[in-house]
Amino acid sequence: MTMQFMLLFSRQGKLRLQKWYVPLSDKEKKKITRELVQTVLARKPKMCSFLEWRDLKIVYKRYASLYFCCAIEDQDNELITLEIIHRYVELLDKYFGSVCELDIIFNFEKAYFILDEFLLGGEAQETSKKNVLKAIEQADLLQENLDFQMRLFSEPE
Amino acid sequence: MPAVSKGDGMRGLAVFISDIRNCKSKEAEIKRINKELANIRSKFKGDKALDGYSKKKYVCKLLFIFLLGHDIDFGHMEAVNLLSSNKYTEKQIGYLFISVLVNSNSDLIRLINNAIKNDLASRNPTFMNLALHCIANVGSREMAEAFASEIPRILVAGDTMDSVKQSAALCLLRLNRSSPDLVPMGDWTARVVHLLNDQHLGVVTAASSLITTLAQKQPDDFKTSVSLAVTRLSRIVSSASIDLQDYTYYFVAAPWLSVKLLRLLQCYPPPEDAALRGRLTECLETILNKAQEPPKSKKVQHSNAKNAVLFEAISLIIHQDSEPTLLVRACNQLGQFLQHRETNLRYLALESMCTLASSEFSHEAVKTHIETVINALKTERDVSVRQRAVDLLYAMCDRSNAKQIVAEMLSYLETADYSIREEIVLKVAILAEKYAVDYTWYVDTILNLIRIAGDYVSEEVWYRVIQIVINRDDVQGYAAKTVFEALQAPACHENLVKVGGYILGEFGNLIAGDSRSSPLVQFNLLHSKFHLCSVPTRALLLSAYIKFINLFPEVKATIQDVLRSDSQLRNADVEIQQRAVEYLRLSCVASTDILATVLEEMPPFPERESSILAKLKKKKGPGNLPETNDSRRNGKVNGSTEPSEKMESSNQCFPSLFADLLPTNRPRPAPSSSIMPSAGTVVSTHPFTDVLNLNPAPSTGASLLIDVFSETSIEASTEMSEDSFHRFICKNNGVLYENHLLQIGLRSEYRQNLGRMYIFYGNKTSAQLLNFSSSVTSSDALKAQLNVQSKAVDPVIEGGAQVQQIINIECVSDFTDAPALNIQFRCSGTLQNISVKLPVMLNKFFQPTEMTSQDFFQRWKQLGDPRQEVQKIFKAKHPMDKDLTKSKIVGFGVALLDAVDPNNENFVGAGIIHTKNTQVGCLLRLEPNIQAQMYRLTLRTSRDTVSQRLCDLLAEQF
Repeated sequence: MTMQFMLLFSRQGKLRLQKWYVPLSDKEKKKITRELVQTVLARKPKMCSFLEWRDLKIVYKRYASLYFCCAIEDQDNELITLEIIHRYVELLDKYFGSVCELDIIFNFEKAYFILDEFLLGGEAQETSKKNVLKAIEQADLLQENLDFQMRLFSEPE
Repeated sequence: MPAVSKGDGMRGLAVFISDIRNCKSKEAEIKRINKELANIRSKFKGDKALDGYSKKKYVCKLLFIFLLGHDIDFGHMEAVNLLSSNKYTEKQIGYLFISVLVNSNSDLIRLINNAIKNDLASRNPTFMNLALHCIANVGSREMAEAFASEIPRILVAGDTMDSVKQSAALCLLRLNRSSPDLVPMGDWTARVVHLLNDQHLGVVTAASSLITTLAQKQPDDFKTSVSLAVTRLSRIVSSASIDLQDYTYYFVAAPWLSVKLLRLLQCYPPPEDAALRGRLTECLETILNKAQEPPKSKKVQHSNAKNAVLFEAISLIIHQDSEPTLLVRACNQLGQFLQHRETNLRYLALESMCTLASSEFSHEAVKTHIETVINALKTERDVSVRQRAVDLLYAMCDRSNAKQIVAEMLSYLETADYSIREEIVLKVAILAEKYAVDYTWYVDTILNLIRIAGDYVSEEVWYRVIQIVINRDDVQGYAAKTVFEALQAPACHENLVKVGGYILGEFGNLIAGDSRSSPLVQFNLLHSKFHLCSVPTRALLLSAYIKFINLFPEVKATIQDVLRSDSQLRNADVEIQQRAVEYLRLSCVASTDILATVLEEMPPFPERESSILAKLKKKKGPGNLPETNDSRRNGKVNGSTEPSEKMESSNQCFPSLFADLLPTNRPRPAPSSSIMPSAGTVVSTHPFTDVLNLNPAPSTGASLLIDVFSETSIEASTEMSEDSFHRFICKNNGVLYENHLLQIGLRSEYRQNLGRMYIFYGNKTSAQLLNFSSSVTSSDALKAQLNVQSKAVDPVIEGGAQVQQIINIECVSDFTDAPALNIQFRCSGTLQNISVKLPVMLNKFFQPTEMTSQDFFQRWKQLGDPRQEVQKIFKAKHPMDKDLTKSKIVGFGVALLDAVDPNNENFVGAGIIHTKNTQVGCLLRLEPNIQAQMYRLTLRTSRDTVSQRLCDLLAEQF
């Protein structure tokens, strides 16, 4: 599984999140985003979730007003990528409590943090929902009382 | 999950985001952003030191602005400051900013790396994870340099927390991908493999990705992972769905991990150990069995996860390609999916079956689904699914079903989406050619292609049909008749006019006996299309007309009228004008014999890979094509259904199956020197006689036709020609010399200190060359170093003929000079002298030597004496193309050594010069500097004269 990048964008084509797992220039990123948003938005609802694009495979799914779109390599597994998207949506949903586009707009940094706990370097790092949310929860608690947490972590768990 | 304080109470940020959202226009948004940027800038520059919270808030705003698509050129320093904050959220925002806006500013990189180093050493897992995430997200070389050796240590340390291990594994994976040379292999590799046994499934998941990536590069080092992966997989597939707790996803046990393990196993051949192999087969069978069980949930996530594992298992089965029962079961399973109501599954089944079609065990099973696939082509509503159906039909095509598949593709083409038409055209053209038993069918198919989708028929396709017709005389009459009929249509595609013009020009005589297609009728038909065509097509038609003058003297006057008309003779386009002038003149002055020689039928084309195939490959990218497995399929699968003899003989009867229409610029075979293609004219830069420009004309050399026009004879120069000497340093074959009378071609072979050279003398005129003699002379010094013996040639070369001379060469000791080839002959009463430097150079006696990096540098050091080394720094004379350089170095005779030079851009080679007296080992290194457009070439050999000579020779080439 090598994900090259993940994009979240709205039905209006507004980019809400972008995560790149391969080094690309800003110019290339913008070009890719523009092309893909256009391609995906032009597709009809009942079409299949996969398409060939350049030498990559695009896997996408729409949740309410948001499109989640991943680019994977030729040998990669489309269906498991579709479920990566779903698991990420579940994580956002659980964290924000019935997530909507506005949550991701106003708390974009959280969306990135959750993604980093789940995927790293384009690969699934932790697929257990409980474990990912525990990590994020701990981080949220840390901001409340850092000193206390520091002491907690210096002792073996 | 408790309600969280979203946005950490950064109220200013929320207000700013709201403002942006409320902007009614792009201008208003930019205005608001500029105001905010000014505000942030003044805060950062202000005298008052900002507290951590404010810094975090402003950095976060900058990040938001950047993610909206605006450029950010400040704030990096503040973000770096946040990294060393001891407040977690501040640190976190700092890292996020750095991850998203990597800056190559070297001072900052040092500061960032410092902060990361501190966090990695903190023993606080949350901080360590932040640092590892940052390295994985940025993945830059600087970070790899700083941390590539530290991370493996963290990964395998006994006291590292699980979540840190997971991050470290994927962080290492990312660094290995971006800077593999910086990630050291070592003791840790064995311990990494054992992470597959870890109790924590999250650790196993992350580790299996890392191991797969490493195993792809160094399979031997990670061989032990196979048995561990099989064991793990077997435990997962046989577990009850609740066993794995949170790693069970919609009643499917650890689908991500299963997919990764199956992927890891695809790096290796099937296990040799019988027990292990049995266990793996059992796993794969269990996965196939589960596909038949009723679903445990109606949710699409359940079926997706289950099928993701199933498809990966099928990929592994196809990869192993060794268990016929599994392959056939896989094929049946995919067959079920072909008719599934989920579009996604139909798509994937078509895709997966494509690879299955190339296995000898399942090719026949795949073929049984042909009707379903054809139906998909007709009824699928989604173009990407139809595209897959086209691919599968192409992959499952063989001699038994080619006619049906080609017919279906042709009929689909009529309504196909524009985006995939060109590819379908290419595929139809390839299949029609590959499986043609009867070439009339092939011709019909291509003409249909042009009729249905003329605009999508690329040059390669119509070049190809012409090449095939020219190479096969049994189909020429049929082709002429068919194009003649097709041209009757009132509106026909220009590509048809091109094919028609070319074929009638060559073979119109074969149908001229019928009064309905008499010469004049043929000409009038072609000429009725003339005015609607583009310039290149009209130029082609003019060539067809001059060919008509040769074939049918009765239409000569009519055609001369056409050539003479102002719209040709005074055409604004130089090509048309020139052809008209020259053809008209030719038809007036040349005798019938000369016309017949000049306008003779084209000779067969040489064999090469089909240009259509090449184009399709280029379009799809390597590895994406069923052709890659074709040889195997043809050899085995077809062999099992048809007698293999038949396969072979059918290949023999049409050897140019993969031939290219465009021949290389090599010495021409004798027949072609008698006709037009090799002519280039002095009056123009266009090789006007080359009807289709199919044969690249040599840049030098005067046309035979010049003689027709000017009757002047040019005195041959007697000065030594050296022009082509350098072109032969890195290659052995080609045209050595050419003038208006004679072409000298060369082919040479060398083994150790011996060489043999075949020299071809082609008479370009129609007259005899008399008193022909050729000898090789060497200077006295050279005679002692190089032994050259030539055999005498026939003193007469007939008009248009070619003779061959063999020269044997022995290298006695290293040499610098080159022998001369002296040719003398009489043509039309004039004595001609030609002298050419014979391309025999020291490097021809190279034997390439492969060696390891260690050996190389050891010998490099041994040859450290300054006299043994010669170095040259010079400007690039040609574009600095890596592949070109590689092929030149290989052509020079040394072995190109990969992964020896630490700098990837450099080229390193090694070889041994064989002379009768001694052998001289030689190492070379070429360092390109793209920016300066310069090279530095270093040669080290045990002999100073050899180093010098080799350096001089090779430096000429770049």
